[in-house]
Amino acid sequence: MPHIEVRDVSLTYDTPAGRVVGVAGASFDIEQSEFVCLVGPSGCGKSTLLNIIAGFLAPTRGEVRIGGAPVTGRGMDRGIVFQDFAQLFPWRTALKNVAFGLEMKGVPIPERQKIALEQLRLVKLEKFANAYPHHLSGGMQQRVAIARALAYNPSVLLMDEPFAALDALTRDDMQRLLADVWRATRKTVVYVTHNVAEAVYLADRVVIMTPHPGTVKCQVPIRLARPRDPLNIEFLEHQKELLRHLGT
Amino acid sequence: MRALADRSRSLRRAAVSLLLAAALYDSLARSGAFPPALIPTLPTVGRALIDGLLDGSLAAHTLYTLYRVLLGMGLAIAVGLPLGILMGRSRAIEDFFLPLASALMPIPSLAWVPVFILWFGLGNATAIGIVFYAALFPMLLNTWSGVRAVNPIWLRAGRAMGAGARSLFWKVIVPGSSPFVITGLRQAFLRAWIAVVGAEMLAASDWGLGWVIFDAKEFLKADLMLASLVVIGLIGFAFERLVFGSLERATVQRWGMVHAGKD
Repeated sequence: MPHIEVRDVSLTYDTPAGRVVGVAGASFDIEQSEFVCLVGPSGCGKSTLLNIIAGFLAPTRGEVRIGGAPVTGRGMDRGIVFQDFAQLFPWRTALKNVAFGLEMKGVPIPERQKIALEQLRLVKLEKFANAYPHHLSGGMQQRVAIARALAYNPSVLLMDEPFAALDALTRDDMQRLLADVWRATRKTVVYVTHNVAEAVYLADRVVIMTPHPGTVKCQVPIRLARPRDPLNIEFLEHQKELLRHLGT
Repeated sequence: MRALADRSRSLRRAAVSLLLAAALYDSLARSGAFPPALIPTLPTVGRALIDGLLDGSLAAHTLYTLYRVLLGMGLAIAVGLPLGILMGRSRAIEDFFLPLASALMPIPSLAWVPVFILWFGLGNATAIGIVFYAALFPMLLNTWSGVRAVNPIWLRAGRAMGAGARSLFWKVIVPGSSPFVITGLRQAFLRAWIAVVGAEMLAASDWGLGWVIFDAKEFLKADLMLASLVVIGLIGFAFERLVFGSLERATVQRWGMVHAGKD
């Protein structure tokens, strides 16, 4: 059984300008420990679909199942990382940000500190455990956000363009780090991006979406050995293939 | 280190501006253009201040005034903070209380003094009631704005990590609105401090700095009046710099939610 099943999911909004279709009949499966990228131009409904999987939005038709159970709202089986650096709580140190989910679960203080520190080590920030977010760079803040989303041990990690606001060099580092974290934790990852190279670097499979209305156009498996080399000829071929599907 | 240097520089600048104003006043008093009984020199005012503090009378008046301010302000916080948060979170509560606040807020607190005297008589109850009235609205409205200014992404992140309504309130909304709440505290204290002196002039009998000033007028004791004004100014200054300044440095400034100075 697939870990995540997206079944004929549609979402329409009623706006003052009339009815807008965000997602129209999207269907695909994601296997356990698979890394799937949703790729498409802005307005294709990829973020909306991620928010439906997260349980922030309810689809107007169809359903999402995780581990066989239908998604009816947010749940602690999913961790989420947003694009906005401001997602961290500025009044909490890196360690206490990471510990937040464990705190909500009622994990005792010594244990949650231990786990939070392990998670910070995973993203190579254990030295900054007691720093407040405003003393960290954008890339470091996003690493804390990843550690925070993983700390309460969800089986699914949802990421909404987490590195889009970073400079190109930092983004390369972050992609390498995320690939390492994924290898170490074996989470099922759903990763939204509009960056084709990023998708080829990270994904086992790419789900390509097109706008007006947001539908799944096709799916492209990426069967390259890891760690991947972005200058490799096959890597570039995959990029070209994705771009062709996107119609650019 | 830099923060410390900044602080000592700002203290130095404050001292320079205060000393300059004092020197200007003193030279005016010594110019002979005005009767010394009306514009006493600074040493005369200083003597009245020291005498009043040494014999305990001025100190006792000061404590009375502080007691009224702190109690009235405590009540204003106890009402304004939770109500402001509720107004920020619930449309129905906002719809009910916002028009009420908008109608009551522009009424000067001193305009209520005669009414409060009728209701509560001369003395503490009226003074504390006036302080409460003066401090309530800055507390309420700043808290309300603060709750509405909480970044929605914090709420989403908190909910995604399993925070229920209660955790979300205490661990996200309260700290998230703290820059506004601290501004509310500052303004509430300022309004309270202004109101208490006026209320004491009109409604307090025998005790309080406002009453001292009012009473000294009868005996043409300008030095004592000015000495009381100095005490009022110093306490206001001390609260602003020490209490609220420290609170801000220990919280929102440390968290990077507000910034230390222009650069």
